[in-house]
Amino acid sequence: MEVGQMQRRLMDYTKSLFMEGFLDGQFLQLQQLQDESNPDFVVEVVSLFFDDSEKLLNDLTMALDQPNVDFKKVDAHVHQLKGSSSSIGAQRVKNACIAFRNFCEEQNTEACLRCLQQVKQEYYLAKNKLESLFRLEQQIVAAGGSVPIMEMGF
Amino acid sequence: MARNGAVTWWRRTEKIDGFDLSPTDTEAVHVLAVDDSYVDRKVIERLLRISSCKVTAVDSGRRALQFLGLDEEKKSNGFDGLKVDLIITDYCMPGMTGYELLKKIKESSAFREIPVVIMSSENVLARIDRCLEEGAEDFIVKPVKLSDVKRIKECMNREFRVGEGERERERGRGGINKRKLRESCELSSSSSSSPSSQSPSPSPSILSASAPCSPSSLDSPTRRLKMTISE
Repeated sequence: MEVGQMQRRLMDYTKSLFMEGFLDGQFLQLQQLQDESNPDFVVEVVSLFFDDSEKLLNDLTMALDQPNVDFKKVDAHVHQLKGSSSSIGAQRVKNACIAFRNFCEEQNTEACLRCLQQVKQEYYLAKNKLESLFRLEQQIVAAGGSVPIMEMGF
Repeated sequence: MARNGAVTWWRRTEKIDGFDLSPTDTEAVHVLAVDDSYVDRKVIERLLRISSCKVTAVDSGRRALQFLGLDEEKKSNGFDGLKVDLIITDYCMPGMTGYELLKKIKESSAFREIPVVIMSSENVLARIDRCLEEGAEDFIVKPVKLSDVKRIKECMNREFRVGEGERERERGRGGINKRKLRESCELSSSSSSSPSSQSPSPSPSILSASAPCSPSSLDSPTRRLKMTISE
């Protein structure tokens, strides 16, 4: 596949991620912060997000597994995850966290467990999609091309 | 360090004149960023650096106070911290909240003049009010964007130009009147508070996504303030 085709594929893929709500405007903000002096900024921040999130999801699983669930702790973890997903533009993960927090307030363990499942699902989906996106970018760069700057017109 | 004579001479001259910084350095704003989230620290650091600020990022209020030399328990002996021109802090942090940090800074005679900006993911009016009344310069709803950082930088430059006279009066009357100063900032920089947050990027090919506005841009606390201050 030649560079032009790869670039088009990347643009289409990125666009679809926005259309399907996986990513929001904040992701574009991050891309704008990337330049020659910081060529891997987005990948670095997103990698931090992955590490952070996986730890939080583990903590959440453990916290909800306790005989007496500490909902304040659960809420604190969800709040953190909501914050970092919002900061990188992972919209669906963020929204799943918002729903989760409502049930923390209600101290409803069953509902919280369902929410945790939902958040995990959204997280792994987002991770998958972002990794694919980065792979497409790498292919372009490896073929000597440059990653196109996103123009969003919708 | 063995240097050629010219460099050594320049260094000595700097000391004699009392200047620690070269002319270009005095223009760079030094920001102390406080956030317990690693992801957010990385983002705010980059946002500030790309806006030509020097940044020191710490992960807690405690460390921020230590950096400033304000921590009672850990006195940094003889360490004259780099002059801090602005403090930007997250609100929700374990241990010391951003609000508590704000209070400590405003209570200190050495540091109360440093503008403090609070960031929070929750757009709660009562929280915003409380912070502004305690003397916060501004309140940013997360996630932080380039336009937020630019707005703060612009406001800061304007404040510095306002002049000592007015600031003396402000100090006398306390924190509440900081709003007035901010209000005048907002009136003159109205373009930066438009709902479809334009990021002032020089390149015409980069357009902001017209994705649904986050509540923050529509219910901007600064806009709300314009409406409630009626004198």
